[in-house]
Amino acid sequence: MVETIFFYLFALITLASGLMVVTARNPVHSVLFLILAFFNAAGLFVMLGAEFLAMLLVVVYVGAVAVLFLFVVMMLDINFAELREGFQKYMPLGLAVGGVLLAEIFITVFARSSMETTIPVMDGPHNTAAIGLVLYTDYVYLFQLAGLILLVAMIGAITLTLRKREGVRRQVIADQNARKRADSISLVNVPTGQGAGPGEGK
Amino acid sequence: MLEISLAHYLSVAAILFTFGVLGIFINRKNVITILMSIELILLAVNINLVAFSAYAGELTGQIFSLFILTVAAAEAAIGLAILVIFFRNRGSIAVEDVNVMKG
Repeated sequence: MVETIFFYLFALITLASGLMVVTARNPVHSVLFLILAFFNAAGLFVMLGAEFLAMLLVVVYVGAVAVLFLFVVMMLDINFAELREGFQKYMPLGLAVGGVLLAEIFITVFARSSMETTIPVMDGPHNTAAIGLVLYTDYVYLFQLAGLILLVAMIGAITLTLRKREGVRRQVIADQNARKRADSISLVNVPTGQGAGPGEGK
Repeated sequence: MLEISLAHYLSVAAILFTFGVLGIFINRKNVITILMSIELILLAVNINLVAFSAYAGELTGQIFSLFILTVAAAEAAIGLAILVIFFRNRGSIAVEDVNVMKG
């Protein structure tokens, strides 16, 4: 009974915040609703016994991806009212396509999937340990490939956004190390009462 | 209704997937919201995979979901990087402006 209540709680909040993500006026609100949706989906994952993925969703998604979204939305100076033009215009088409898609999926789900209500208890180690046991043995090449994808994405994102700006004073360490004493210091014999002349002492 | 079955989880994922598709349709001009809609779609797929994995007593679905999370994170990073440089060049992120493929 408690499980049923929690399932409906998590499911309803996930769906409501999912709807708010696509309809919110302010993209900052969209991102915050996306974070709420991820949290509640993590709750659903916990109910399914996938604790590791639930924690991954919270740490990686909420902690990194959603915050990245939030950062970009706040960094770009965009007129969001302008971007919402056509919201009403595309709504009927979107609702039609979405309704057809939903009907198709529901027909498939209820025609084919079982109404099994008991989650089989997996023997052996706990969820995280069990994932580790297969991830580093059976799926080790795919795991390495996933790491490679992340590396490529990281390098790609850095090279895309890196830029050399003109008119900015940067620290050039090689130049600093190459300086000699004679380049920067000159001894000037200052006559008393007259001071160093304008061209001297640089 | 009171006992939670596989079909319940699949229904949640189906509705979430539809919201993602709807978001792509109704936010035709806003790339950021389109990217977030893609994230919603991927989340729905993950819920599907994890639900099947749990009810089948198999771990393979969860492993697959892990890889989907990886690819989705990479996609979000690259997409947002492209968005940032596009905004830097054009001063706008309207999708209609993205019709000239030269830097």
